[in-house]
Amino acid sequence: MKRILSTARTEALIAARNRWVAISIAMMALFSLVLAAAGSAPTGTLGADRLSVIVASLTSLAVYLVPLIALLMAFDAIAGEVERGTLPLLLTYPVSRAEILLGKLLAHLAILALAVASGYGIAAFAALFSDTDAAEGLPALWRLFWSSVLMGATFLGAGYALSALSRRPSGAAGLAVGLWLVAVVLYDLALLAGIVASGDGVFTRHIFPVALLASPADAFRLYNLAASQATAAAAGTAGAANSIPVWQSLLSILLWPIATVGLAIAAFRKVTP
Amino acid sequence: MKPMPILTVSSLSKSYPGLKALSDVSLTVGSGERVALLGHNGAGKSTLMKIVLGLIPYDGGTVTVHDAAPGSTEARNHVAYLPENVAFHPALTGLEQLCHYLALRGEPASKAMPLLSRVGLEAAAKRRIGTYSKGMRQRVGLAQALIGHPRLLILDEPTSGLDPVSRREFYALLDGLAAEGAGILLSSHALTEVEARTDRIVILSRGIAVAEGTLTELRRRAALQISVQIVPAAGAEAAIAAVFPQAEHRAGSLHLACQQDEKLALLARIASLGDKVADVEVQPPSLEDIYSHFSRGAAA
Repeated sequence: MKRILSTARTEALIAARNRWVAISIAMMALFSLVLAAAGSAPTGTLGADRLSVIVASLTSLAVYLVPLIALLMAFDAIAGEVERGTLPLLLTYPVSRAEILLGKLLAHLAILALAVASGYGIAAFAALFSDTDAAEGLPALWRLFWSSVLMGATFLGAGYALSALSRRPSGAAGLAVGLWLVAVVLYDLALLAGIVASGDGVFTRHIFPVALLASPADAFRLYNLAASQATAAAAGTAGAANSIPVWQSLLSILLWPIATVGLAIAAFRKVTP
Repeated sequence: MKPMPILTVSSLSKSYPGLKALSDVSLTVGSGERVALLGHNGAGKSTLMKIVLGLIPYDGGTVTVHDAAPGSTEARNHVAYLPENVAFHPALTGLEQLCHYLALRGEPASKAMPLLSRVGLEAAAKRRIGTYSKGMRQRVGLAQALIGHPRLLILDEPTSGLDPVSRREFYALLDGLAAEGAGILLSSHALTEVEARTDRIVILSRGIAVAEGTLTELRRRAALQISVQIVPAAGAEAAIAAVFPQAEHRAGSLHLACQQDEKLALLARIASLGDKVADVEVQPPSLEDIYSHFSRGAAA
């Protein structure tokens, strides 16, 4: 445990000096502010409090931004050590590869949590300031926070796995951007195309719900929309959210981090310095 | 009495696709012993070290480090490593980096400053490693190798990047560690340093251990010629040349070569020339000569 904490402390120092802490907080804060400002228009007509409306917008934002920040922080984790030549020495220390990776995860997750908390905090503050009923949306905001951190862990783990597999930072960066594009953007587009083509066929009724649960980003979206009253505010995707039980999307967002971090540890064990 | 072995390598072999990196290499490092590993680039020195550290797998033979398998937690607890061209994250300060390494070995952070001052880095301890010179990074590397009480130190080209004064300090540090009972395996290109500062020498050539022994043993086995240089007194050059017709004339002095067992007889003859000789210098074969002798022998 001491070794994990020391690794985390060192990684946090490096991230702070490399401006990653500042960049991720600024990114989350900026986008949340824009959303909070833009989200002030439709309130009233939907019958939901302003914070719940903002949570729905923040969910859509987080689906894109949290995986991106996580992958950007993670891609250098192992490939960078290989390229700098710091890995052989580190691996002669009495510390296991899992401990090294968990230390890095702890640091990156803390930074991500800080960024997400600042972003959502600003949005919540803006909502509470202008709408006294907004406090009703606080539980949804809290749920959004911890599920965002879990989704971040999923993509951090995926980033580490890519970093271990490619062994060069430039290659790992390319793979990370590719993964983001596929897992967050193209996956949904493909599902949409499937629904359009299938109509009310087998795909829409049987494959589509499973496909949604199988994607960490979609499961995150489903969970937050289904579990909150924000469903009403995001009518479009809510249809799907209603047909899938909440426990299933919750299970998906809980299992994904374990799967990707496990994969990363397995890939790291295969790296010969 | 032979010291207790900390490291035992027997019949070790390792191949990469299309390359035999090590074949049938055996060596031991005892407690308190300083063993130098010599060889050209690509002779297999770093490969051997990485196998001993458990960083890369090997194909055949056995390796025992402190009675454990290389790379096992038991072995890693007792082995310190200084890689060739040691690197650290440039964003960390020397002090932060060392505190982290101390924590990984379960030692308190309070030991970082004393270690850094032991290698002469206390003034730069709070500067980022990115601003350090190569020699300073090498000192950080050395400081981390001194953490705890390692039973075995694996040092890959440890003095590269150090100036002559630092090198002397570095070898003094090693003497202290060996006196405390640590075994040391180091590789070096600077043969003259190794000459004075190690107990035993192992010469690797193309993955084969071609020679092993103390410098005196290797010198005897190589049976290389000793060179004797005579500086004649003014006007006496022709007289000396008449006594030693085989001598070579170079820049006003005469050069002779002889075998080890002929040395005293030759010196006696030179001494009998009396004041015709201004000065005499005897040069035993250098480590460079011995090294090329054994490396060539393996290649032939």
